[in-house]
Order: sequence, then structure tokens, then C-alpha cells
Amino acid sequence: MLYALLCYNDEDMVFSWTREEDDAVMARLEAVHGRWHEQGKLGPALRLMPTTAATTVRKDSDPPIVLDGPFAETKEQLLGFYIVDCGSLEEALGMARELAAANPGGAYEIRPLRLFRPGADVSTREVAVSP
Amino acid sequence: MTDLAWIDTALTSARPQAIGALLRYFRDLDIAEEAFQDACLRALKSWPQNGPPRDPAAWLIMVGRNAAIDGVRRRSRQEALPDEDQISDLEDVEAPLAERLDGSHYRDDVLRLMFICCHPQVPATQQIALALRIVSGLSVKQIARAFLVGEAAMEQRITRAKARIARAEVPFEAPGPVERAERLAAVAAMIYLVFNEGYSATGDAAVVRARLCDEAIRLARLLLRLFPAEPEIMGLLALLLLQHSRAAARLDAEGAIVLLDDQDRSRWDRAMIGEGLALIDKAMRHRRPGAYQVQAAIAALHARAARPEDTDWRGIDRLYAALERLQPSPVVTLNRAVAVSKASGPAEALEMIEPLAAPLAGYFHFHGVRGALLMQLGRHEEARVAFGEAIARAHTAAEAAHIRMHLDRLAREAAVSAAE
Repeated sequence: MLYALLCYNDEDMVFSWTREEDDAVMARLEAVHGRWHEQGKLGPALRLMPTTAATTVRKDSDPPIVLDGPFAETKEQLLGFYIVDCGSLEEALGMARELAAANPGGAYEIRPLRLFRPGADVSTREVAVSP
Repeated sequence: MTDLAWIDTALTSARPQAIGALLRYFRDLDIAEEAFQDACLRALKSWPQNGPPRDPAAWLIMVGRNAAIDGVRRRSRQEALPDEDQISDLEDVEAPLAERLDGSHYRDDVLRLMFICCHPQVPATQQIALALRIVSGLSVKQIARAFLVGEAAMEQRITRAKARIARAEVPFEAPGPVERAERLAAVAAMIYLVFNEGYSATGDAAVVRARLCDEAIRLARLLLRLFPAEPEIMGLLALLLLQHSRAAARLDAEGAIVLLDDQDRSRWDRAMIGEGLALIDKAMRHRRPGAYQVQAAIAALHARAARPEDTDWRGIDRLYAALERLQPSPVVTLNRAVAVSKASGPAEALEMIEPLAAPLAGYFHFHGVRGALLMQLGRHEEARVAFGEAIARAHTAAEAAHIRMHLDRLAREAAVSAAE
């Protein structure tokens, strides 16, 4: 079974860390990641930029509305995510609109990545519904 | 993280919101600060035992407000402090307040707190010191160190600035859209000043003052979180991040400035650059250009060039032309001329800066750029004169050394041609 581990913390605090503090936390995490990687258990891992870099597409209206900032409602829940490679925010917004046309309702928050580690290939592992 | 370190970070991040709200209640900066201080002391006692509150800012506001009201009563009746139990049991009191804080109150509270530090009658350096003390919560000792002055002198500077503000009219009603925009612009300028105070430091001072750059970035992030749809605030944060991304490469081992062309670009901070670029992308969607956005876009073109020769100088020229329209100044034109010299050659650039001779007569960089352009055009004698003017106006040893290098080259070439 594949699991996603979603990371939550106070971004004001995390982005106030000095370079040294940040490096120290990352070094401790890397020790854990390394062990999982060797066991072939670690898939893609990523770190997001702060919410101030986010843009949100609300797709409960037609056409969808683009808002600055993170997804801030509490009545919807996180149900999935995509990693896409775009030359610009406009392109990413275009892709979100395509998804919105196929699946209206809810929202997409578009958040640039700060760090991306592809990890081991875990695509052959069992999931509830495989492609 | 230990308990104390966690609490310290939580208190620092709740500070602007909490003091901002306390200022709205008490309409007096000293009472607000004292109330917050009281609340912090109680948090240090209560939080390790009871665990962190759901909303630290709401907790601090409520406890601070009660403490200040008690203080007033105590002074009038000489009564004892209330029981700690009374204060730590906040489960229900906190909820409605936390909801109210989510709204525009909170946003305008923090903006007002930042804005009172930018009072026009308070000189720029005092504005910065005040913001660092009140909004960021740095100690007087830390600020004094960053400004390279004694603690007593800094204490006095802050007290004087506070007295000025106390005498001034601070508007407590919620601002209208025009006022809000004006306050935002003043606060953005103050944050940029904080950043430059750190960024302009060289030598041994650079290490201690780098803290100011981090603090400015934190404040800009806070401001953008409060006003997420303001393109100029996105531009400001992007500009600070892009400039600060070069921190590790822009000073040599002795703390002297390394020019952009000579910097080891592998030492630029890619995470900061990435965030800066993402913010510019966001800002551009609004099609409301401003000086911070344009300056950030210029910094972005430098950040995107893997080597100096890959720099898009034509793009930089166009952006400086836009900046000239938004914020006309001879220094902007001078910077534009540097881009023009790279994109179109020195003759055009020299023509562009000749009208600046009077307004920039006392400016080191004007003579330095003019000398370099004349040298490129082979007008060596005039170049020597211009470099001489520049050296006389150099502020740092690094600036003077840079010009001396050009003069040495001119001298060598003169010697070679004399020998031929």
C-alpha cells in the first residue's frame, strides 16, 4: 500500500529559521530519508514554498476564479495532488483550468516547490486502484 | 526543540498581531507593550504545564488585556494580583476572540502597528530601530549591535522616537481604501530601509547586520500574508529575496564587496531565487506595475543568468526605462546606462549619462561608470580624470581599490604605447 505523509507546521516559524537551523533539521531528516531510500520505501519527497507564493483557483464558479494566497477554506478536504512542470504560473493556471473543466467544484491551490527528491520507483507497489 | 525555544518562537510570531490588538484597546504604545510583556511572562509559566494554546496570539491578547486592566486597578487600589488559575483557564474565552481576529481587524491592527513606526516626523534610522523594537521584538542590545552604536544611545533613540509618536495623532479607526494603500506604501518603504540597513553593511559588521535582512524578509512575508493580493508587496518580498540570495557570494573573506560580474554564482541561494521568481510571476498577473516589482524583475534577470555574459541586458535596459517612468531619478538613469553600455555599447551609454553630470557631481558611481565608458571608448586621458574624481568620492576601501585597478590598467597601457 502506498501512503502519503503530509507535513504540517507553522510556516512563520519554519521560514524564520536561520540557514544553520534549517540545514540542521534537513540533515536529521536526510538520515531518516536515506534509510528509507535504501529499503526502497521512499517515493517522491518534496518541500513547498511558503503560502505567500501560492495562488488558488476556485472552481465552484464558471469560469473559475483565481485568488492570491493559499486555499483557506475548511469545508473542503485535501483529496489529492499533482506535480506538473511549467514554464510560468500562467501555464500552471491553464492546467488547473483544464482540470477544473473536467472536474468542477472545490479548488486547486498552486504552490511552487522549493525542493523535489524523486526517490525510489515505488510505482509497482500495490494501491487501491492502479492505472 | 526544547519547550523554551518553542515558546520563544511562538511569542515572536504572535507579537505583531498581539501588540497591534492591544494597541487598539489601550491606544497607548507603552501600555500595549507592557501588557504584551506581562502576557509573555505568564505564557512562560503556563504553556510548559498546560501545553500550547490553540491560538497563541488570541491567548496573549486576552491575558495581556486582563493584566493591563488589573494593573490599572492595582495602581488605583493597591490590590494583590489575581490567581494564576483565573488566567490560565481560557478555553472558552479564547474561541470568540480568535474568530474576530481572523477578520480585517487583525490585518489593520498589524498594519497600524507597523505604520506608526513610519511617522514622517521620525527620522528614517529611528523608524527602523522602532520597528525592530516594537514589531520584531528585538532587544535594544540586539538593535544597538546591528547599528554599531552603544546600547544607551540606542535606548535613547528609541525613547525619543516613541515620544514623538505619543505626541502625534495615531488614527485608530479602520482605514479607508486610500488610507490603507498609503499606509501600505509607507510600511513597505520602511521594510526596505530595514533590509538596506543590513544589506549595505560590509566587513565585520556584515555578519551582525545580516540579521536585519532576515528580519525585513520576515516582515515583508507577514505583510503579504495580510494583503495577499497586493502586487507591490509581492514585488517587495521578491526584491528582498532576490537580493539576499546573493548574500554568500557578494562579500569576500575580508568582507569587501564582490561585484556582480565577479561573484561565484554557485553560491547564490537557489531556494530564495525560486521563491522570488514565483512571486514576480504572481505579481505580473495583476498588470499593475510598481517600483518594487520592476526592481525585482531586474534582479530576476540577473538571477536567471548562469554566467555574467548570459545576462539579458536588453531586458534590463527596458526594465530600467520602466523604472525611470515610475520613479524618475538620476541614479536610475545611471543604472540604465550601464545596461545600455552592455547591450548597445559605451557611446550610447555615455551620451545618456552626460546630462547627469550636475545632479550626480558628488556621486562616486557616476564618475566610476563615466570613467569606465570613456576607457572603453579609448578616451584614456578623460577616463583618468573621471577615475580621479571617483576615487576622491569613494566611501569604502573596496570602492577605491576597484577604481585603482582601472587606473593601473590605464597606466600599463600608456607605458606599453609609449614603448612602441
